[in-house]
Amino acid sequence: MYFRHIEDAAALAVGRSPAELSRRQFLKLTTLAGSGLTLGMVLPGCGTGPGGAAAGPLVMPFVRIAPDNTVTVISKHLEAGQGVWTGLPAIVAEELDASWDQMRVESAPAQVPMYGNLAMGGKIQLTGGSTAVANSWQQLRQAGATARAMLVAAAAKAWAVPASEIKVSQGVVSHTGAGRKATFGELAGSAAKEPVPTQVSLKDPAAFSIVGNEKLPRLDARAKSTGKQQFAIDVMLPGMMTAVVMRPPRFGGKVSSFDATKARAVAGVIDVVQIPRGVAVIGKDMWSAKKGREALSVTWDESGAEKRGTTQLMKEYHALSRSKEAVTVTQRGDVEAALAHAVKRVEGEFEFPYLAHAPMEPLTAVCQLSADKCEIWAGCQFQTVDQANAAAAVGLKPEQVSINTLAAGGTFGRRANPESDYISEVASIAKATGGKYPVRLIWTREDDITGGRYRPLNYHRVTAAIGKDGKVAYRQRVVGQSIVAGTPFASMMIKNGVDPTAVGGSAPEQYDLADAHVSWSPPTVGVPVLWWRSVENTHMAFSKEVMIDELAHAARQDPVAFRLALLGEHPRHVGALKLAAEKAGWDSPFSKEKGRGRGVAVHESFGSVVAQVAEVTVSGDKITVDRVVCAVDCGIAVTPDVVKAQMQSGIGYGLSAALYGKITLTDGHVDQTNFHQYQVLRINDMPRAIEVYIVPSTNPPSGVGEPGTPPIAPAVANAVRAATGIRLHTLPFDLAAARRARA
Amino acid sequence: MSIKLTVNGDTRELDIDADMPLLWAIRDHLQLTGTKFGCGMALCGACTVHIDGQATRSCVTPVTAAQGKQITTIEGLSTAAGRAVQAAWIGLDVPQCGYCQSGQVMSAAALLAANPKPSDADIDAAMAGNICRCATYVRIRGAIHQAAETLATGAPAAP
Ligand code: FES
Ligand code: FES
Repeated sequence: MYFRHIEDAAALAVGRSPAELSRRQFLKLTTLAGSGLTLGMVLPGCGTGPGGAAAGPLVMPFVRIAPDNTVTVISKHLEAGQGVWTGLPAIVAEELDASWDQMRVESAPAQVPMYGNLAMGGKIQLTGGSTAVANSWQQLRQAGATARAMLVAAAAKAWAVPASEIKVSQGVVSHTGAGRKATFGELAGSAAKEPVPTQVSLKDPAAFSIVGNEKLPRLDARAKSTGKQQFAIDVMLPGMMTAVVMRPPRFGGKVSSFDATKARAVAGVIDVVQIPRGVAVIGKDMWSAKKGREALSVTWDESGAEKRGTTQLMKEYHALSRSKEAVTVTQRGDVEAALAHAVKRVEGEFEFPYLAHAPMEPLTAVCQLSADKCEIWAGCQFQTVDQANAAAAVGLKPEQVSINTLAAGGTFGRRANPESDYISEVASIAKATGGKYPVRLIWTREDDITGGRYRPLNYHRVTAAIGKDGKVAYRQRVVGQSIVAGTPFASMMIKNGVDPTAVGGSAPEQYDLADAHVSWSPPTVGVPVLWWRSVENTHMAFSKEVMIDELAHAARQDPVAFRLALLGEHPRHVGALKLAAEKAGWDSPFSKEKGRGRGVAVHESFGSVVAQVAEVTVSGDKITVDRVVCAVDCGIAVTPDVVKAQMQSGIGYGLSAALYGKITLTDGHVDQTNFHQYQVLRINDMPRAIEVYIVPSTNPPSGVGEPGTPPIAPAVANAVRAATGIRLHTLPFDLAAARRARA
Repeated sequence: MSIKLTVNGDTRELDIDADMPLLWAIRDHLQLTGTKFGCGMALCGACTVHIDGQATRSCVTPVTAAQGKQITTIEGLSTAAGRAVQAAWIGLDVPQCGYCQSGQVMSAAALLAANPKPSDADIDAAMAGNICRCATYVRIRGAIHQAAETLATGAPAAP
């Protein structure tokens, strides 16, 4: 009866866009052409239409203009909520002078160098580090301008007028003198026959009408408000089975043996197979697979498993912070001498828990395998890495694996993991079942919360001081696992022993400090870790901004003025900080009655600077964030409303970690399993007012998806200290515990 | 066993386990994928549907408990409140990743049907069961207020 319901054509067409045919053709062509394709290459159109005008699409690597007058932007990046399916089309539409209504977007296939991330050298296709718009900016402007030039050339030929006299506006190509006009769709076929210009001129940013337009609506809002957006979990293929995986209860455990007798007896269970990461139970639907897994019995080999708990780990981190085992991250002047002669000195110890990303869509992937082909559907964030890992899992070459990147129900970094955990799993299951049926792997929420790849547990110890001359000295030791050590990224990213994803963005990098020393001790722990929205900045910004605030307090100076005095060489920090302070009314009196307090923080990450002022009310041990004023300098804001949404989102995500987020382990077992234990921010904790202001800029666009997160937790901690005098140095905030510690 | 479900006005007979949660019957057997799985424990609201007009977490509702009732999923949402909510959602660009939004829309539509002019506090109380990891909460509040206004001034068009 399960298959009986898969008659719905729409369900069969899952993963296929309406323009599937031309896309398929495009994929085939691009694959055949291999990596020799360049930006401007035009793929063949479809012959000649009535009246001699060539009908057919104009197909280029990043843009396709169809006879139906739609302009489809090929997105090499994953849409996971951050808005690239709006931002990337906006860049193309601007240079093309398209009408926003005609814009569409679809995912590119996994392919480098064509779809490589230029911020990472172009050799890997990936979405991360808040680079999607930034690395696509010139590339897509060029693509839009190139397509425009070809439409104009085609019109000039057809109308026998000089190209320079042709106007393009709102998706219409026209020539006033000749009284002619045509849509993009009408011209696409003949434009495809035009030579690709080697040089095109880009618009003067002063003439932008789409880029920077506050009112530009998201292209995906409708599908996402009506339940029509398709995610990997929604893929339905004929004959598809659903799998769940039983994984080791402790990280590093392995299957020793398993007994599937009872699992196989569960109605609807089709198969039980061992894969490298555990044992998969495959059922005709999710419910039977899940029940089958509950009946499965596995004996684990835990000889290599991590058996420490987080309390013990933190104790070890404290000891490590006092040891000599450390590498230098940043060194300026002579910090020991400066500290010795300081007039004011502040010490701080900071503890940060492991954090799960917990994207709303639990990790899901679909795989269809045949003898010489493997097809994957997932919210892929590391397309070419996922492709290579899937290929390795099934024993094919990467080019035999096609990746269908679907919208992801959030990621926050979770889907970008070097071993492609969930994608390797689904490929392994398909391999183990001989490709007998397409298989969909679903992680339950419990699998997600207990599944590792957390933001690393961290301990920071900081001594900061002000000298007689008013100069600040800063010494910091960071203890936390490396994220990239042991992965293929290590050789590329670890420089002088320092993993920049574990430690960076420290005080001497962000303030003018003459004397500073930051060092890092990476412990070896078996808990797998990963980049979590804003990566090292999640913890580095916190200790930095809290310590700077405490120095200001010790010096009896205003926290904004104190920071500004240390930011002479950081004009963008100054701009963002001043704007946030001004909009928050920082210089007007602020009533501290009824437990109210106000705090500020500023931090640069991913090329953007964000300053936030948080207003809180503390009643008893409860912290309520009433208002956040945020200023962001992200270069040119391509889609300002998406930038605002990302700031709101980053603030909510950071606040979730500040107030609730915590993964703990006892004897190597994760203590939290679902949202009742791993609590996250809900609407009742979201500030009633979040105001976002964008610093006007002519710089190229920089990151937006992550930079909103780092400043919020320290801004709130600083506000709570202003309200109560209590220093919050342990996350998530526990006011009662902090009061006890002070007493 | 044979279970009869009436979803979006259509009655279908399914041969499924009696203890199967309504969520998986809707998704895996009726192929209505707008209703999402987020936690399976009534903690996140991603699976919210209306049963006889009441917002209900389908992940913990056994199919037997839904028999003989009117089940509405996001695909079948057509009440005035539902249309107003969806129009406001689109107008204010509420969604980010969008995964939670079917559940948010279903909860918001049920709220407005019961309380046409909710305060911020009413909204927080009614919507606290719906997690959004993208933290679209500020816009959710704004869109519910906007939808309430639309409802007060006339019938909203289908989104
Ligand atoms: S899936 Fe039902 S409430 Fe989360
Ligand atoms: S929009 Fe992403 S979880 Fe709500």
